[in-house]
This record gives sequence, structure tokens and C-alpha cells, in this order.
Amino acid sequence: MTDSKYFTTNKKGEIFELKAELNNEKKEKRKEAVKKVIAAMTVGKDVSSLFPDVVNCMQTDNLELKKLVYLYLMNYAKSQPDMAIMAVNSFVKDCEDPNPLIRALAVRTMGCIRVDKITEYLCEPLRKCLKDEDPYVRKTAAVCVAKLHDINAQMVEDQGFLDSLRDLIADSNPMVVANAVAALSEISESHPNSNLLDLNPQNINKLLTALNECTEWGQIFILDCLSNYNPKDEREAQSICERVTPRLSHANSAVVLSAVKVLMKFLELLPKDSDYYGTLLKKLSPPLVTLLSGEPEVQYVALRNINLIVQKRPEILKQEIKVFFVKYNDPIYVKLEKLDIMIRLASQANIAQVLAELKEYATEVDVDFVRKAVRAIGRCAIKVEQSAERCVSTLLDLIQTKVNYVVQEAIVVIRDIFRKYPNKYESIIATLCENLDSLDEPDARAAMIWIVGEYAERIDNADELLESFLEGFHDESTQVQLTLLTAIVKLFLKKPSETQELVQQVLSLATQDSDNPDLRDRGYIYWRLLSTDPVTAKEVVLSEKPLISEETDLIEPTLLDELICHIGSLASVYHKPPNAFVEGSHGIHRKHLPIQHGSIDTGESPVSTGPTAALDQPQVIPSQGDLLGDLLNLDLGPPVNVPQVSSMQMGAVDLLGGGLDSLVSPKPCIFSVSQILKKVFVRVFWSQVLLRLHCFVFLCSFGVIPTTPLPIHTPLMPNQSIDISLPLSTIGPVMKMDPLNNLQVAVKNIIDVFYFSCLIPLNIFFVEDGKMERQVFLVTWKDIPNENELQYQIKECHLNADTVSGKLQNNNIFTIAKRNVEGQDMLYQSLKLTNGIWILAELRIQPGNPNYTLKIGASLFLSLQAYRPIDRSSVYKVVLEGCQT
Amino acid sequence: MIGGLFIYNHKGEVLISRVYRDDIGRNAVDAFRVNVIHARQQVRSPVTNIARTSFFHVKRSNIWLAAVTKQNVNAAMVFEFLYKMCDVMTAYFGKISEENIKNNFVLIYELLDEILDFGYPQNSETGALKTFITQQGIKSQHHTKEEQSQITSQVTGQIGWRREGIKYRRNELFLDVLESVNLLMSPQGQVLSAHVSGRVVMKSYLSGMPECKFGMNDKIVIDKQGKGGTADDAGKSELGGSGKQSIAIDDCTFHQCVRLSKFDSERSISFIPPDGEYELMRYRTTKDIILPFRVIPLVREVGRTKLEVKVVIKSNFKPSLLAQKIEVRIPTPLNTSGVQVICMKGKAKYKASENAIVWKIKRMAGMKESQISAEIELLPTNDKKKWARPPISMNFEVPFAPSGLKVRYLKVFEPKLNYSDHDVIKWVRYIGRSGIYETRC
Repeated sequence: MTDSKYFTTNKKGEIFELKAELNNEKKEKRKEAVKKVIAAMTVGKDVSSLFPDVVNCMQTDNLELKKLVYLYLMNYAKSQPDMAIMAVNSFVKDCEDPNPLIRALAVRTMGCIRVDKITEYLCEPLRKCLKDEDPYVRKTAAVCVAKLHDINAQMVEDQGFLDSLRDLIADSNPMVVANAVAALSEISESHPNSNLLDLNPQNINKLLTALNECTEWGQIFILDCLSNYNPKDEREAQSICERVTPRLSHANSAVVLSAVKVLMKFLELLPKDSDYYGTLLKKLSPPLVTLLSGEPEVQYVALRNINLIVQKRPEILKQEIKVFFVKYNDPIYVKLEKLDIMIRLASQANIAQVLAELKEYATEVDVDFVRKAVRAIGRCAIKVEQSAERCVSTLLDLIQTKVNYVVQEAIVVIRDIFRKYPNKYESIIATLCENLDSLDEPDARAAMIWIVGEYAERIDNADELLESFLEGFHDESTQVQLTLLTAIVKLFLKKPSETQELVQQVLSLATQDSDNPDLRDRGYIYWRLLSTDPVTAKEVVLSEKPLISEETDLIEPTLLDELICHIGSLASVYHKPPNAFVEGSHGIHRKHLPIQHGSIDTGESPVSTGPTAALDQPQVIPSQGDLLGDLLNLDLGPPVNVPQVSSMQMGAVDLLGGGLDSLVSPKPCIFSVSQILKKVFVRVFWSQVLLRLHCFVFLCSFGVIPTTPLPIHTPLMPNQSIDISLPLSTIGPVMKMDPLNNLQVAVKNIIDVFYFSCLIPLNIFFVEDGKMERQVFLVTWKDIPNENELQYQIKECHLNADTVSGKLQNNNIFTIAKRNVEGQDMLYQSLKLTNGIWILAELRIQPGNPNYTLKIGASLFLSLQAYRPIDRSSVYKVVLEGCQT
Repeated sequence: MIGGLFIYNHKGEVLISRVYRDDIGRNAVDAFRVNVIHARQQVRSPVTNIARTSFFHVKRSNIWLAAVTKQNVNAAMVFEFLYKMCDVMTAYFGKISEENIKNNFVLIYELLDEILDFGYPQNSETGALKTFITQQGIKSQHHTKEEQSQITSQVTGQIGWRREGIKYRRNELFLDVLESVNLLMSPQGQVLSAHVSGRVVMKSYLSGMPECKFGMNDKIVIDKQGKGGTADDAGKSELGGSGKQSIAIDDCTFHQCVRLSKFDSERSISFIPPDGEYELMRYRTTKDIILPFRVIPLVREVGRTKLEVKVVIKSNFKPSLLAQKIEVRIPTPLNTSGVQVICMKGKAKYKASENAIVWKIKRMAGMKESQISAEIELLPTNDKKKWARPPISMNFEVPFAPSGLKVRYLKVFEPKLNYSDHDVIKWVRYIGRSGIYETRC
């Protein structure tokens, strides 16, 4: 007899038939019917209408039938809460059954029925079951407390179930202990501060005893729980480690990894010079290697964890690089991970072997894998200086294969090698140039162009090469266009005589024919730089570049420490802290490695060392609602030295000059915003923390918000700065700021939310159609009530009326009329803000007097209350001060 | 913890769906089907995160098993659990196939209810499960009260893997030392990596609750004894092991019946075995491995349309022993149009569908040599991509342990019952198989 027949019932009147069968007198028939119902349920048919009939079958002493009915109940009780109550009696009765298996079954199932009314009835039976004489019932009841807590946490606390659960830690049966630990661990995750588990040396001792006796799964629960304990001194840490190390020989890889987690955490507490420390490190290596002989999925989990362990303590596996060599038929996810670890372990001692392997991989089939292998060769060159030469020649060999993607990947890494060892391998440039035509990926083209530009003086036909790229300039990606622009400017500065035409061509392509603002900006900058001061241009463009660092993709140390606390878990697989992928309250509590106890710390949550400690505390965010309420009151971290801005990329320069530095404020994260043609450039410096940005919120008086998410995909290193250009629109929420052009920004990253503010040049809000009709102007100007008018003196401005007018026009401040009164120039001007507000002004300029008088009024069809006078004048100030230069 | 468990057939139809946690919605079943089973690209990771829900999957023939969670679960545990689930199902109904799963779905639900509670794995030892799972098992209403409490104490107890009161007329045990030897060799014959992963599988038919002690030629133990001058010679000769040479074991893991703390402190392997067949230990060695075969490849490209391949295999073990099921797989390029093969021994065939020449030899004695040569004709292509030259792989079976492991003794003590170590009939067998045994060419 097989069960598959239940999957194929005749469609017509199916429910009706089942109903009849469920009410059949014969027990066997009823059982068959329930099986059919469950089969229908599995394939997704709605059989909820049979609820009363199925529940009727519950009153049976046949355990098999009972289990089937319970299975049905778990699925449908929620959708039929009133019906479900019918089952309660039966459950309560079963909880008193002489057979422990039935008692356990009843309490287990009841916990799975998430109906409030039923939950109330669950309390009494559960209380009894927690004290049941049979361990099987107790271990089931322990899990049931966690279930109940998930449904109604308050009730669990009120009923004192947490205390009963804690009592079970001292139970004589190891499995009861393990389940109690699992339940308590889960519950305490949603109460991070309550010391629910109450881990004290006595309890730890009980756990360690149970560890030797319980099932493999129980061992995992206990080890995971142990890893949250903070031993009070090194002696305690060592004694726990001694009792945990035997677990490294367990056949279950999860037991091994959880044991590794405990040991990795407690290693922090052991003195580094002790014998035990060394022995322990040695003991960790073989089990980690053994994990790689498991099934591929476990290998994958192990490799992701080893990747962390290798970064934290490279000494553990430094001798074992061979086991990470890729096997031909490893699944691709295992191959890619192994490759990553190989590079991390590469050193002078093993580089020859590693390189031979990498070369082998570069001929494989999977494109991603091959690319990564080629990239790895480049990284070896950068990491192990002695091997650089060999790596370069390997890369050249690979280029000779002419396999398109191999060549392209190789050229990209060779550029990085040039950045690391300048003036060393330029002899290979000729070979690279041969492959110019086959490059079709932006990355590779940009890399090649960079190389040509950087070494233009050694490449005879550099101008020809670059010119060939110029032909299809507009079809190139932005990355290539920008690189090409810079490369040609470099070439021009190196060989000015022959390449004047070329540079002019590229500048005009970039500035006049392109609608990409980044490109235009960079073009203009170069143009101005070249036309005003070629010597400075040379200094700027051909300045010596900093060398690139050896390790590029290390996980930021504080994150790494946190992930070490999560070894074996999903967080360690994703390499992300739990709150990045877990919803709700679970996992929000951050874990830290313990620190060696000198004097402080009382066994609560330990605080990690380093900058996070400082960053951690003050930034508790009140709540989502008033997230921005106390913006700026939070002064984060110690003041930081602002990285030098002088060598900045060209994109971010304020066209009117000089304004940028004043916008930089000494905050951990510094934003400067400058505007050109409706585009705001955001410059970010991260001082200490490596960041991956998650979101980005703007708040200002003009409703500025970014229209696209922040395009940062790779984490930033400490002190790394990055320029991002972000299209903005003014449709966001409006909030009045003081001063008006203040922009408040919140940036969320993996560590926390950071707030800061900066000033936006107000003139970016002036729209292009701000020129008022003469007649309208006259009428409006007259109609502006006196209290809305203000007068200002603008000092030290040595420009005549026409130049002022021209400069202002560039900023969308339009001169409507001009007249000469008593030797003074009177300019009547209008401008319109993005929010539709008109501002009118009268500017009086006396020739020879550097101080202008400004009279400003705002139009009537707007409410003026929102704008304080000072703001309006600042509009002009900003502009006019710019004019002085 | 695990929020739910789904089993799909190859088309992505749900065969079993069991949700343990409220945070897993009904659409989770479909999300996995759409994003993983029906995904266009090859699966790039066994863990997939779809809309903050993580899916762990393993595949057994055509069947997908997926565990779902929204929490930061112990990932290794989830996979170990899925493997265990497969083991349990296999123990109950054999091969995991769509038909078998449909035939046993009620049983599977019952098992899932028992071995996973609220997503927490519980006792998953088949031996214990069989005592109280109602489907195809003993119906528990027939149990007396004593039997019931015996079941529960076994399921939750310290020795969850063995029940009391087992009786055999003949006490017998079988030990299989199964090794797979892995090799990666460069074309020049240099060993790039080699290791043996071995398993000791035990079949025990012993009465009562026997205490066993297992001994092998572990270098650490032998050295210790050597130093102490108390070499246990009695044990050495017992099972016919020569025991002269000892081996260095890199690492080993044990079945949960083995007392790990005792191994850690004394390096002795003592345990009460489960009844029937189980895997006592796994181990790994990398030093002084006997490589049963050496493959010497010679590939020559003659022009653009022809390849000449010559492969010599040499057996490297005692002439009195016989290797079996020898198979050498020589990959050929994708644009192969024809192959001519000559081999001295066995049969060789070009298999176009597998892009390889497969050379099979039934038996081969030690210290022998055999050779195959082939001419491969190629279609001219303008494909720039070079042929990747996959390594030549080899399969074989030899009647010895390539690691050099020897069983020194397995002692059985059952103080309560009336049989001694000498009454137990013991069998030992060594089988060495090829794992990934590859030579680059």
C-alpha cells in the first residue's frame, strides 16, 4: 500500500466525498480520509471547510490518526479560530494522558496553534508538563515555552514560565537542558538587556556537563549559548576551552564550527605568550581543514567562515594553503571561495605554488572563475613584492592566449600593478598595446587608456592610440570618457607641441557636445587649468599618486570582530551583521569579542576596543519618528583631521571658486556640496570607519532629495574619500532650516546613522526662468510693502555694473532694468526660487565705491514669514562674494 | 531557527511543505521555486537570500530540499540537518525520489514533526525514531507502560542511539576501513596535493550494552607506548595487523557514541556502539600516502586538427594484490570529430556525449604497467578560446588502505551479559577507492 494514491483523487465533488469518508464509522476509513485531506493540503488545495469533520476524528486512541489530525489543525486553526476552540478539550485531555508520547504530542501541537483563545488554555497543561516526570515531555515543554513567547511574550512572563525554564537548566536529562538553553537563548534575543540566561559559573558548569551527554543538535545549542558567556578571567576561559576542544572531533560540522566560535572568542582572553594559547591555535587548524572534506554545502559554509578566521588569525591556517587548491569538479561556489582564501594565505613561502595553480585556473571554463583567477594573480603581485615579476610574466602569458575576457581582466590588474610598482614594468606596455582592438569592456578600455596616458612619454604613438579612442567618444561609457579626457590632458602636458589639436578636440567634445555633467565639469576644469596656469596644471595633473594598498578587500576590523562572534551562522555566510538581513528585534543586539580583563568589566556585555566604543554610545537613535529631531546635537566621535582637499578630483570644484573650504566642517563625515547645473556633488570623507552606505536622507528648506540611491557599492576604507555625484530634485519634504541654505543629511551605514549638515550655495535654487516681465516687475516692486523690504551693504566688491550683471546672470539672477541716477548705477533684478518664490532686488553701485547697496523685496504671492531677512541677503552675498575673484 | 521545510520535485512542484514558524509566509514556497529552481543561471550558492528570507537547499537526484528561515540561524546546523533528514528518509524508504516521497508523505510529515520542533532539531537517530514513529513502525498503543518510558528515556537519554535489551545468539562485528585517495598531480609527475579521507564503518550485532574499545596504528598512540616501553603486543597481533609502521592522522571525527573527552585526554576510542551499521569515525591523512596508480600523460598537438594522446598507467603496490574497476577518463576537445584508440589491456571507447575517452580495465595486479594511445581528429574551428585541457581522472578500487591505516584491535566488554571479548566474531576489511584522482595534462 502506498500513499501516492492520495494525491490523485477525482476532482468532482472531492470535498463532499471526503466529508462523507471522514464521518465513516470505520476507523480505518477515517484514517484514509484524513490522509487524503492532508495530501490535498500539501498540494495547496483549500480543505479548510472540512475542519469540523476532521476535528471530530481527534477523539481517538489511535496515535497515528491523532498525529494526522494534529497536523491538519496546525495548518488551519489560524484561519478558523472559532472552530479551533472545539479542539481544546481534546488537547487538555491528552496532556493528562498516561502515555508520555501523547502528553508531549499534545503540548507540542498546542504550541503550534497560534490562536489567542487556545493559548489561554495552554498555560495550565504547559505548567504541568514543565514539571512532568518524563524527560521527553519536559524537553517538549521547554520548546513550547519559546513558541508561546513568540505568540504572547507578556503572558509567558506573567505566568512565570521563564523561571520554570531556567530551572530546567539544572535538569538531570541532557536533552531537556539543551532544549531549555535553546528556548532561553531565543527568548533572550528579544530582551537583550534582561539577564535571562543568567550565565554564571555554576550554570556554565551544568552546561558543560550536559555538553558531553546530549545529542549533536543539543551540543550546538549549548555551544552557541556558551559563546555568549564572558568568563571573568583567563583561568575560567582556559578551563572552558579545555572542555570545549574535544568537540572539534565531532562528526557534525555544525558542532565543530560552534566549538570553533567559542574558542575563537575566548582566545581573546588568553595571554598570548602562554603555552596553552599556542596549543589551542594549533588544535584549531586540523578540524577546519577536515570540514572541507564534507558535502559541498557544508564546505561552502566552512569556507565563508574560514575566510573570516584567516583575516582574524592568519597564523592558524598559514601552512594549509594546499587544501584550498581548487578541484576540477568542485561546485562553482566552492571554487570562488577557495580562490579568495588562497589569495589571503599567499605569501612569499608558497607563492610559486599558488601562481602555478592560478595559471591553471585561468584556463578553466567558468567565466567568473577565470576572471577571478586572473584578478587573483594581480593581487598576488601586489601582495608579495618578490613575486611581482613572475606574476607579470604570467599575466603576459595569459594575454598571449588572446581569450577575450582573460586579456581584458589581465589589463585591468596590470594597471593596478603599475600603481603599486611605478616605473618598473613599463617594458610590457608594447605587448599590452597590441591588444588594444580586442578590448570591448569599459573597465579594460579605461585601464588601457590610463596606462597610455600615464606613460605617454614612453609610448611613441600615444597620440595615435588615444586619438583612435576619440573617434567613438560619445559611444563610450562615462568611465572611459573621463579616463580618456584625463589621459589626453596628461599627454598634452608631456608632449605639448604635437598634441595641441588633440587636447582641444577632447575638451570641446567633453564640454560642448556632451550632456554628462561630470564630464563637462572635468572638461571645464582642465580647460581653465590649462588656459590660466599650465605650470600648476602640470603639478596637479601629473602629481605623484599614492601607492595602492596591499590588502584591498579586507573586512573592516569591527565588523570582522562582530562576525567572529557569529561563526557558523548565516551572518558569517553573508559576511553581514545579522541586523542587515533579519527583521524585527531578533539579532539587533550586537555582539562583541571579549576584551582581556585588566580591571573593568563586570560580565555584562563587553565593549569592544577601538573607535567603535566611542562611536557606539552617543548615537542611540530616539525613534523613527523624531529621527531628525535632534539633528546636529549629536556630535559624533572625536574631531578628526580633515584629509587634504587640495588634490581633489576636478568634479567638485565650485565654479565661482573659493567657496568650498568654508563648507567643510570638522565632523567625522564631511560633505561638501557644490552645484553646477542642477547637479550636486557630494564628497564624502570617512575618517575612521569603514562604511557601506545604506541610505541617505536629506532635509532642507527647499525639499532637496536625491533621485537615485547613493551609488556606493563597495565599502570604503578608513580615510578613503570618494566623490559621488547625485542627481537631485526638489520634491522632497520641506523643513525650515536655520540658516535657510542649511542641508541636513543623515547617512545610514552598517555601524549606525550619522547626521551632519552643510550649507548649500543658495544660488542652486535659482531657476532659469527667473526673468520677470518689465511691467510685472514695476508693479510688483511697487506693491512690496515696506516691511518686506530690506537694505544691505555689500562691501569690497570691485566690479562694474556690467560685469556684476553678467556674473549674476550666470547664476540666474536677471537684470530687468538698469538706470543711471546721479552717477550711480541702479540695477533692478529678479530671481525665482525652485519653490516658486520671486525675489526682487535693487542694486546700487557707485563707481569707485566698492560697497554696494542692496535693497531686496520678495514678491507678494508668497508668504514671507518663513524667510528671515538675513537669508535673503545671503543670496546676494554668496553670489557677489564670488564675483570678487 | 528553521522556519519551514519544503521538498520539491525537479519541476518545482511542492511535494512536502511544513512550516514551523509564523514569520514564513505562504509565498516563501513560490519564492524559492521562482528564484532558484526556475532560475536561468546555474545556482551560485547553496544559500539564497530572497527578500530577507534565507533559503538553504540541497539536491538529491532530482529532488530539492529547502529549509527556510528569517533569522540568523546556525547555517552549518541547517545543512547538517538537511543531510540528516536525507539519511533518515533513506533509512525508511530507500532512494529519495519523487515517487518514494509521494508514497510516504504521511510518514515524512510525522518524521518532520518529531525531528524538528519549532525549527529546533531533536533526536534524529533512525534507530531511536523507529521505536515510536507510528507509520510502518511499532504501533505505540501496544506498548506497556514500561516500554513507553523506555522509549522516552532512550530518545532523550545519554545513549540515544541504542536501545536496551538487544540480544543476539551469535555476537559478531564487521569493520570496514573505507578510504578514498585523492590526488592532484602536475603533468610532470609532481604531487600538487594528495590526501586520504577515510571512514571506519562498523556493523555490530552485539547483545546488551557492550563497551567497545578501538585501536589503530595511530602514530601518537604508538609513540607514546614506545616511550613508556609498554607496547601492547597482545592487541597488536589480534586482528592480523602487522602494526609495525604507524601513521600520522591529521584529523579525525567520530560518531556521537564515541566519548570525545576521553579521546582528547588519552587518545583512546571508547564507545557503546549503535546496533547495526553506522560510521564510527572519519579521518584524514596527508603524509606517506601510497598512491596506487601513477598516470603519465603525453598530449601532443599535431597541427590544428589533430591531437596525439598517450597515457601510461603504472600500478604501485604489492604484486600479489589486485586492483579492480579501473577506469581512466581522458578528456577530448569539444570539436573532436573522430578518435582512434589502441590499448594494450582492457577496453577503450570514445564517448562523444561525455567528451572523453573511457578506458576500462577489469583487474590489474601490482607493479604492472599498461598503456593507451589515441589519435584525436579535430574539426577546424575559428573559436579563439583555447581548449581548457581538463585533467585526466581515474577510478579504481584496491584491497588495502592507501593511508597505511591498520586496525590493531577492537575489544568488546559486556560485564552484565555472559560473553567475553573472545566470543565475538570479528571481521576486518580494507577497501581503498579513488576519490578525485587527477593528473593534469
